[in-house]
Amino acid sequence: MIVAAILKKLKNACTDLLPIVLVIAFFQIIVIRQPLPQIGEVLFGTLLIVLGLSLFIQGLEMGLFPIGEAMAQALARKGSLFWLLIFSFSLGFSTTVAEPALIAVAAKAADIAGRGALIDPSPESLKSYAFGLRMSVAFSVGLAILIGVLRILRGWPIHYLIIGGYVLVMLMTTIAPKEIIGIAYDAGGVTTSTITVPLVAALGVGLASTIRGRSPLTDGFGLIAFASLLPMIFVMGYGLLIFK
Amino acid sequence: MEFIKDFSVIFFATCRDVTPIVLLIAVFQLLVLRQKIPHLKRVVIGGVYVVLGLALFLAGLEKALFPLGKIMATQLSDPAFIYGTADKILTHADWTAYGWIYLFAAMIGFATTIAEPSLIAVAYKANEVSAGTISTWGLRITVAIGVAFGISLGTFRIVSGTPLYLYILVGYLIVIVQTIFAPKSIVALAYDSGGVTTSTVTVPLVAALGLGLASTVPGRNPALDGFGLIAFASLFPIIAVMGYAQLMEWKTKRRKK
Repeated sequence: MIVAAILKKLKNACTDLLPIVLVIAFFQIIVIRQPLPQIGEVLFGTLLIVLGLSLFIQGLEMGLFPIGEAMAQALARKGSLFWLLIFSFSLGFSTTVAEPALIAVAAKAADIAGRGALIDPSPESLKSYAFGLRMSVAFSVGLAILIGVLRILRGWPIHYLIIGGYVLVMLMTTIAPKEIIGIAYDAGGVTTSTITVPLVAALGVGLASTIRGRSPLTDGFGLIAFASLLPMIFVMGYGLLIFK
Repeated sequence: MEFIKDFSVIFFATCRDVTPIVLLIAVFQLLVLRQKIPHLKRVVIGGVYVVLGLALFLAGLEKALFPLGKIMATQLSDPAFIYGTADKILTHADWTAYGWIYLFAAMIGFATTIAEPSLIAVAYKANEVSAGTISTWGLRITVAIGVAFGISLGTFRIVSGTPLYLYILVGYLIVIVQTIFAPKSIVALAYDSGGVTTSTVTVPLVAALGLGLASTVPGRNPALDGFGLIAFASLFPIIAVMGYAQLMEWKTKRRKK
């Protein structure tokens, strides 16, 4: 039975990967008209991707989803709003603060700000700028999950919050220094990592299915949306505060 | 041998990324909830699978896809390839000459989104929660089409040099109008699908394309124009998912009449 399950996962992973292989082959052969460099390495790498993706999905079903939902239900049953909110904030903050994509973006942003003479271009000041940026993004993701969980508990309609967020983003865009805008918009997309997303989704759905009167579909989703919106506002806000 | 070294580096980096989550769950289970985790053994094995799988996945990407994708992005945005000659001095970009770029952007956006593990996870949950009404592949393909359109438009923006915020503003307005008319059950999921599209697979390839374009298109500054593609890739899936739900609702209504 385990073997059949693994074979099925491997087959699915191959299907998931097929489009990328086709696109690259098409452009390499038809458009650029050059032979593939290091074909052996590429094939070996593709094999690793297929194996990795199958294992990841198997682990998702066995470990990440159940633990996320079990914790959401246990916290909801405990009935302590305080601990639930602490958990939500810590989940957002702790998974974002060490996120490699965020570290890369923050360093890049510091570099740009330094070159644009928006901050003092000495290495220490760049480092402290990048650190501050990372902290403000991690804080904003924590806050976003907290607000999202509060929304599920109280049953607030999601669109008012999101549209309000959009209006704030636009307002901040008009006053923020233009060097920071591109990075701020991108920061929203890079904060949610591959392990955070399943956990956060399971948390939302688990909560919404435990609390009476909430539908898992309309109320359980939406946490990730907050986690990609708030960082934009915070990164622009940080730019406004720091830049001279 | 070299591979084993590379893989261990990635494996330990993945472990380090997971540590805060494991600590958080352990602290809450032991100190706050003080109860046993159901099927603990299964969950732990699942967790090991997740870390091992992710590390293998990343190692494979680094070995095969990223170098290839980045080389292709540079080759396609090379003025010598686009204008046919290398020695012509370009003063401004002709946006009509970049057809292959727009197509490459759309196709690589679509293909990487299909392989994105976070999206697979969310689609799986949505299918489970909606009792099968939302099909896993339906959601993934809709989101991928949104990303394809978004990244393609994003490369056009870099080539034409038009300001980013205008596109985002128009996109937000479309989302707001759609929110008013779309079926209420899809709204939250649609908003979420914007955030999950851009992660492990898409970001490095798309960022390479953006920076490559911004540094070769005449008159663009990589620091200012190289960013913003990811913002496009997170905005358009929202529009695509709500649009798809609206289309389905409209079809059902028409059939009833």
